[in-house]
Amino acid sequence: MILIESITKFFNRGSINEVLSLNNISLTIRQGEFITIIGSNGAGKSTLLNCLAGTYFPDEGKLTFNGNDITQWPEHRRAQFIGRVFQDPLLGTCAALTIEQNMALAHKRGDRRGLGIGVKRRDRQLFREKLKILGLGLENRLHDRVGLLSGGQRQALTMIMATMVRPDVLLLDEHTAALDPKTANQILELTQSLVEELGLTTMLVTHNMNQALISGNRLIMLHMGKVIMDVKGEEKKNLTVRDLLARFYEVQGEDFSPDRMLLIQP
Amino acid sequence: MTWYAFLGALEQGFLYGIMVLGVYLTFRILDFPDLTVDGSLPLGASVSAVAITHGIAPFVSLIMAFAAGFLAGVVTALLNTKLKILHLLASILTMIALYSINIRIMDGPNISLLREKTILDPLASFGLPGYLASPFMFGAISIGVTGMLIWFLHTELGQAMLATGDNPQMITAQGVNTHNIIILGVGLSNAMVAFSGAMIAQNQGASDVNMGVGTIIAGLASVIVGETVFGEKTVTRACVAALIGSIIYRIAIALALGIKWGRFSFTPSDLNLITAMLVIAALVAPKIKEKLQAR
Repeated sequence: MILIESITKFFNRGSINEVLSLNNISLTIRQGEFITIIGSNGAGKSTLLNCLAGTYFPDEGKLTFNGNDITQWPEHRRAQFIGRVFQDPLLGTCAALTIEQNMALAHKRGDRRGLGIGVKRRDRQLFREKLKILGLGLENRLHDRVGLLSGGQRQALTMIMATMVRPDVLLLDEHTAALDPKTANQILELTQSLVEELGLTTMLVTHNMNQALISGNRLIMLHMGKVIMDVKGEEKKNLTVRDLLARFYEVQGEDFSPDRMLLIQP
Repeated sequence: MTWYAFLGALEQGFLYGIMVLGVYLTFRILDFPDLTVDGSLPLGASVSAVAITHGIAPFVSLIMAFAAGFLAGVVTALLNTKLKILHLLASILTMIALYSINIRIMDGPNISLLREKTILDPLASFGLPGYLASPFMFGAISIGVTGMLIWFLHTELGQAMLATGDNPQMITAQGVNTHNIIILGVGLSNAMVAFSGAMIAQNQGASDVNMGVGTIIAGLASVIVGETVFGEKTVTRACVAALIGSIIYRIAIALALGIKWGRFSFTPSDLNLITAMLVIAALVAPKIKEKLQAR
């Protein structure tokens, strides 16, 4: 269980460019929840994920993971229980290393690294099996440098790597946004099957309202650094894009007219 | 080029080869341009020379030089990671500080080792002439060090180091503290450079505070020459390429020094200029090639 208590995060605090990215946010994330997070640009979605991962430290507030206060833990220390996939497909894998070397690095996530050989023979079989799930033929290319793969292939590999050591929480930051629609769908299906199979607690940031509606069992909408909608269970299942837009324009103080529906893709 | 001159170049190539491997480790693997080496090469020479003149076995003095170089690298890496000083500037600061430190260590600007024991003595006592003994000895040592570096880069730790240079965000997300890796890597690099400096001092029979000038440029030139000639597809290949690059570089220098156009000939003091131009050409060539291909 993750407790987020009154987290506040400023950027460029005290300067003329000051931005309040997270405004006193509190959330309780329970084991097995698959939360989709939506919101307009600058709503604080990515900042929230980055504060959890330790990329940024909040200015105020407290983060608790399974009873441990992790507010001051650096990013690499939190990695022992966090799996991450980034928006940029190039960020999650190491281009200069081979597929098997990347997987071996992920296989040791959170462990001490010593002078044992990096890619162990007995692990290769495991790597092949994991890659077979993707159906991309990567299991026959263990010795290829990752730099040779396409963005979609790299993102698929990153998904496998992020879940290789079972993460207590999986953070997905718009991980399909930089891919073409077909590949994006494949990665999303892969995400769903991995999350279901492993029963992972997951947070998925997305711009795509449909994606937010069909995935997960809880939906959070952020606006100006605040949670303006938090729906789970049955209520989430019955939610429509119309409901999301209505809520969004309500907060903005605008009337929601059905014409607005034309602006979004079905 | 005479056989004798070739053996001399080979010996120099092996001697400096370990320094080149150190430069390869920071410059290529960690993506950390490290000028500390201009100070850690004479640091290794100074430590070894002082140790030998105090009666310590020459081989043991090499290990002491290695340790001293490691510390110098750690200082640079700490300045960069913990105090957030730009890597280039951090390394220049350590390099400048080492100038004073080296003079303190030697209690003067240089130490002669002419009548002292060196690591070449065991081979010389077999009756092997000096011009053969030194390439043989330094060749064996540098090939051994290359092998050890290749092994290290294939360990869990070594792979984490490769990833730290290539994609720090990725390796952090895998739970690795990149600061520790940079400290270890820059330390190891300077340890190798100091080790190389200690052998150079023993071979040339003197340690001098100015012997490190231009080390980084010679190292870069050798790395680039090696990559161009031998390739860098895998880490193993790149490490071997660094050693081969060092040898080719020293042979090229020996050839250049033999050139005569009428009354003009190169002097050893021209080397830094030539090497700097070589490195500039090598760094710019890929970009020019890209532009030409884009047309």
